[in-house]
Amino acid sequence: MSETHPSVRAVHLHTGYERSNVLPAVDLELFPGHSLALVGGNGSGKTALLRTIAGLLAPISGRLEVLGTTPIKAVRRLAWLGQFTTTNPLLPLRGRDVVRMAFYGERGLWKRITVSDELVVDQALEAMGAAEFARQPISDLSGGQRQRIYLSYVLARRAELVLLDEPMSNLDSGGMLKYYKAVTALGLRGATVITATHNLEDAADCDFALVLGAEESRFGPGRELVASLGHHH
Amino acid sequence: MSLLQPFLDNPFLLTALTAGVLAACSCAIVGTYMVLRGLSFIGDALSHGVLPGVAGALLLGFPGLWGAAVGSAAMIGGISLIGRRTRLSGDTAIGLLFVGMLALGVVIVSRSNSFSGDLIKILFGEILGSTMADLMLQSTALALLGFLAWLLRRPFLLLCFSPEHAQVSGYNPKALHVLMLTMIATTVIVSFQTVGTMLVFGLLVAPAATAALFARRMSRIMLVAGSLGSLSVFLGLNASYWFNFAAGASITVTAVALFFGGLFVKGLVQRV
Repeated sequence: MSETHPSVRAVHLHTGYERSNVLPAVDLELFPGHSLALVGGNGSGKTALLRTIAGLLAPISGRLEVLGTTPIKAVRRLAWLGQFTTTNPLLPLRGRDVVRMAFYGERGLWKRITVSDELVVDQALEAMGAAEFARQPISDLSGGQRQRIYLSYVLARRAELVLLDEPMSNLDSGGMLKYYKAVTALGLRGATVITATHNLEDAADCDFALVLGAEESRFGPGRELVASLGHHH
Repeated sequence: MSLLQPFLDNPFLLTALTAGVLAACSCAIVGTYMVLRGLSFIGDALSHGVLPGVAGALLLGFPGLWGAAVGSAAMIGGISLIGRRTRLSGDTAIGLLFVGMLALGVVIVSRSNSFSGDLIKILFGEILGSTMADLMLQSTALALLGFLAWLLRRPFLLLCFSPEHAQVSGYNPKALHVLMLTMIATTVIVSFQTVGTMLVFGLLVAPAATAALFARRMSRIMLVAGSLGSLSVFLGLNASYWFNFAAGASITVTAVALFFGGLFVKGLVQRV
């Protein structure tokens, strides 16, 4: 099934927080293993589009299929990481507890989190280089350490579709290397990765890019589209 | 002077202690979520917003409990209505309903002949007049709240972490939020007759806040909060017995004093 279905298909999709502030129509089609960079200035709607695909924001008009169904129905098969994940400092959570929450959807209310689930958690922490501080309370960690924990959470969800909003914010160079490696592995495994980014070099490395302008949006191969942006400026 | 003596000598004090401990345990469960999610203001509003409901019910000759249920339902409904229809922040919505309901309650009570007597009864309860029926009701509520908190521990923790991540994990954060408010309201409704609306709020917020200073796990915060709340009831009732202080207020003062004691101890520990 999943081979015939696109991971994400948007046809003349309009979205936005309010009807008075709607993004230009978006048309795109992505298949398993593809990567897409969302490019655009502040307020261009990258975050709103990611939230719409994640089912957190209802589309205003147009069609949107996620993993062959509606975003709401696909929700447990995707992973989403927002740009400003704030953690209530009172919450009694260690870094590892956050990553473990990746299984709270799949395991439901009472199914046990198994030994192999715990192994997935450890591997995700290892992949992001977060294992050494995973036992500390999340509120004691630095911004970059926290981002590594959140990215470990995303990896541990083993999702078919991964939606990341400015995932490299706060990461140091070591963290970025781990991140690139992890995202490459996601693609090889067949996951589709959509990233909102300000970094045009990263966008050029993606299979596709979606440039969100004020009037229109353009979807195409990453390198070509980013190169054409250079000419515009 | 033994601290246990008052309860051994006076059966009504033992009933009061039991009622207080039951209230403290219910409050520990929902108070933990309230403190961790920053819902203290809504908890305060809920505990005082029941006033017009209770006053109205007493005036019309219905059980106060029914009135409290109607009052808190109106409160939760009103707050979510404002949230949906306006861009006013949540605390403005809560503040509006809080002061409106409290004033309405006073208006209704002012029609009754024993104005201040009724008001004080609702605010501070009659812990020394707790009955077996009160205890049964409180035990049932405690069992139900404990079960819900256990059953929904994962979605509730996700909700505390981030409502968005609760949603992306396939849970309905709005429904969970309303359920959490309903659990707080239930605690208020079944506890206010014995311990009063003010004391309910004290037991909701103070022990959980104290426990959150130290405990590193959700279940442990609840356990520590329940113990601290029960200790406050025990010490407060003793203060009332030996020094003739008002029972409910003594318990509240003790719970808040324990928080500042905890803060002091934590400061010492961190300096060492």
